[in-house]
Amino acid sequence: MNRKYLPLAATIVVFIALFLVGGAMYKNFLSTLVLGNILADNAFIIIAAIGATFVILSGGIDLSIGSMIGFVGVCMAVLDRMGWHPLAAAALMICFGIAYGAMQGFVIDFCDIQPFIVTLAGLFLLRGACFMVTLDSVPIRHDFVDLYASARIPLPGRGVLRSSAIVMLASLALAIFIAHFTRFGTNVYAIGGDKESARLMGVNIRRTTVGVYATGGFFSALAGVVYALYTSSGYPLAGSTLELSAIAAVVLGGTLLTGGVGMVAGTLFGGMILGLISTLIIFHGSLNSAWIMISSGVLLFAFIVLHRFLVSSFNLRGTS
Amino acid sequence: MRGITKAFPGVRALDDVDFTLHAGEVHALLGENGAGKSTLIKILTGALERDSGEIRLDGTSVDFQSTGEAQSHGVSTVYQEVNLIPAMSVTKNLALGPSEGWPGVISWRKARARARAKLARLNLDIDIEQPVGSYSVAVQQLVAIAHALDNETSVLVLDEPTASLDAQETATLFDIVRDLKQRGMAVVFITHFLDQVYEISDRISVLRNGGLVGSAMASDVSRKDLISMMIGRELGEVEAAYSGKASPQTGKEKLVAKGVGRRRTLKPFDLTLRAGEVVGLAGLLGSGRTELTKLVFGAIRADSGSLKVNGKEAGSHSPRRSLAAGIAFCPEDRKAEGLVGELSIRENIMLSIQSKQGWLRRLPRGQQEQIAAEMIKALAIATPDAEKPVRQLSGGNQQKVVLARALASRPDILLLDEPTRGIDVGAHAEIITLIRKLCSEGLALLVASSELDEVVAASDRVAVLRDREKIGEIVGGEIRRDNIIRVIAGDDDRQH
Repeated sequence: MNRKYLPLAATIVVFIALFLVGGAMYKNFLSTLVLGNILADNAFIIIAAIGATFVILSGGIDLSIGSMIGFVGVCMAVLDRMGWHPLAAAALMICFGIAYGAMQGFVIDFCDIQPFIVTLAGLFLLRGACFMVTLDSVPIRHDFVDLYASARIPLPGRGVLRSSAIVMLASLALAIFIAHFTRFGTNVYAIGGDKESARLMGVNIRRTTVGVYATGGFFSALAGVVYALYTSSGYPLAGSTLELSAIAAVVLGGTLLTGGVGMVAGTLFGGMILGLISTLIIFHGSLNSAWIMISSGVLLFAFIVLHRFLVSSFNLRGTS
Repeated sequence: MRGITKAFPGVRALDDVDFTLHAGEVHALLGENGAGKSTLIKILTGALERDSGEIRLDGTSVDFQSTGEAQSHGVSTVYQEVNLIPAMSVTKNLALGPSEGWPGVISWRKARARARAKLARLNLDIDIEQPVGSYSVAVQQLVAIAHALDNETSVLVLDEPTASLDAQETATLFDIVRDLKQRGMAVVFITHFLDQVYEISDRISVLRNGGLVGSAMASDVSRKDLISMMIGRELGEVEAAYSGKASPQTGKEKLVAKGVGRRRTLKPFDLTLRAGEVVGLAGLLGSGRTELTKLVFGAIRADSGSLKVNGKEAGSHSPRRSLAAGIAFCPEDRKAEGLVGELSIRENIMLSIQSKQGWLRRLPRGQQEQIAAEMIKALAIATPDAEKPVRQLSGGNQQKVVLARALASRPDILLLDEPTRGIDVGAHAEIITLIRKLCSEGLALLVASSELDEVVAASDRVAVLRDREKIGEIVGGEIRRDNIIRVIAGDDDRQH
């Protein structure tokens, strides 16, 4: 096996192990029903994390994800009240997400400012904009929302694949294609691996950086759409600190925060592990929900140490 | 290339340089560190913008905005540090570059075929799915060349391609270069290995301090001429500053190094520094000048030998202990290792005193200002006040701040690596005068320099280095340019 798959393999092993632990503790845990629910409940986090994977692979960071999800939600709700079809509103918001991300990418490259600061400003801007649009939770009442909630593909066993999970899996397929089968994807890995070398090898850094954050914006806006349709409402505080969960999912999925190493497919499992932890604790019933964050934190910490070990002993960054 | 000029803040990197390249010719570009070779190449290949001058390619004036643009015009480069993405596979690395379409779907089947074809031209047969970083530097170098070459390439620039190759690998590389030359490609070959220059080049150009010293057919210049073109220069002003050379000193032994060395860095050497004496280090680029000073300072840890400072055995040596023992060091690259550009002159001068004092006992502001004022006056640093950020000073004045910082900690032994790098002639003479003055005040000095005349002018004793080994010492009246060049070139001549 190619050693670049090691972190991904580690992630999948942890996921399966957690799932088996759940199965040993609770009857009915090992079922497609639980799996389908985890996929649907965490779809928006995973979609946002897929976008964040590109940003992190390029050596950057995007903190504006959570605000984008909140902003897209309230806009969808307000546009619904004005009589827009949810799909039309979604298309508009996704275009906005791409443009907003591209703008952040341009500022980062053109002014040579750390992505952390630029996207932190982006976070504040969008969260503020949420409150400009509305201060209250606004419901989305459209027949399409009902259709979205009821559409499902049956899985073997009692489980179903809900619309959110379908959108998420489609996003994943698109992302895998972009990352591994396009020139853009290759360039993202290159600038994350060594930006200066990539520049000297003729990679267009600006176009790639703008593209990376535009891709990030696209996926976080899409996550916002899925979240709004899933909860059938828009709430200005929705998605707060969600960017951190997305980053955690990316890291758990085996992508190095320093960029250049990692796989989009890993992010799916990273997000699923986070979902699995909260499901396990909810199944337990008597445990405080604080334990969700504590065990996520412990697991994240353990993973970072494991990655450090894998990277140095298998030389994943390829430095000799 | 005609009249190329480029200035960086504080340094004039290239000054009115002409460079002509003919098809089917290997043109060696020589010069010491900081002579402007890399800057010239980066301008040729679009990685840097020139301030003035003109580049003509096949008769048409060109102005490349990026390396990608230069490459699509047939000008390709393999840079000094191997420029590949180590974590990516060979195929992917070879697929990187100026794209024909964007975003552009990649067919990995075709990319693999193209990669194999490119490597086949260089007779390289490796598993192209492995990450580049898993191969030896030699193979990486060849992959980088494969990346640089495509069917339209007419000019290939190789920046220090043999620096990390062994003899066998170098021979393979040269076969490839000769083959490319046969096909009418113009190759620029940058190196500091003189043997290789004669082995492969048709024409040689030498740069020094940002200016072109000369250009000639390889068969017309001797090795000795080349060395003196690279490091010798007439500097009336400087030499006038010290006609009176001190006789070999018998001052107290301040530092005694016995058999100090480190594998693959520098062969073990003996060296003694006495109070009131300047010891110069001479040698070509890569001969181990910088390594020697860093070994003495402890910035590189020695794996053999012993070091005595002021008669006391210095056990495990580190920069912190060296500072405490009264050794101060001014590094070669003042921007990267010596100064913090954003901080003021006063703050920079305080850095080493503060580390000697321990960070808890902060010096009172008044005392800081007093020390800074003394230093500015003593070294004649041209600045309106001590609070000016160092970044805004000229190169010569920046170097004086480095000196001031080293002197502020009142050292017994001062190590200077390239104290006059990138400094104009006037400041150059001032710094050397300063060095002599310090020495007469009882300081022991070690000065490493690529400027031979500077070594000649400043030193009471010269240690000569070649190929990471100390090969001799020259004392007192024997210190002359031709003598040093003879020692450096000596053995090579006997071989021929």
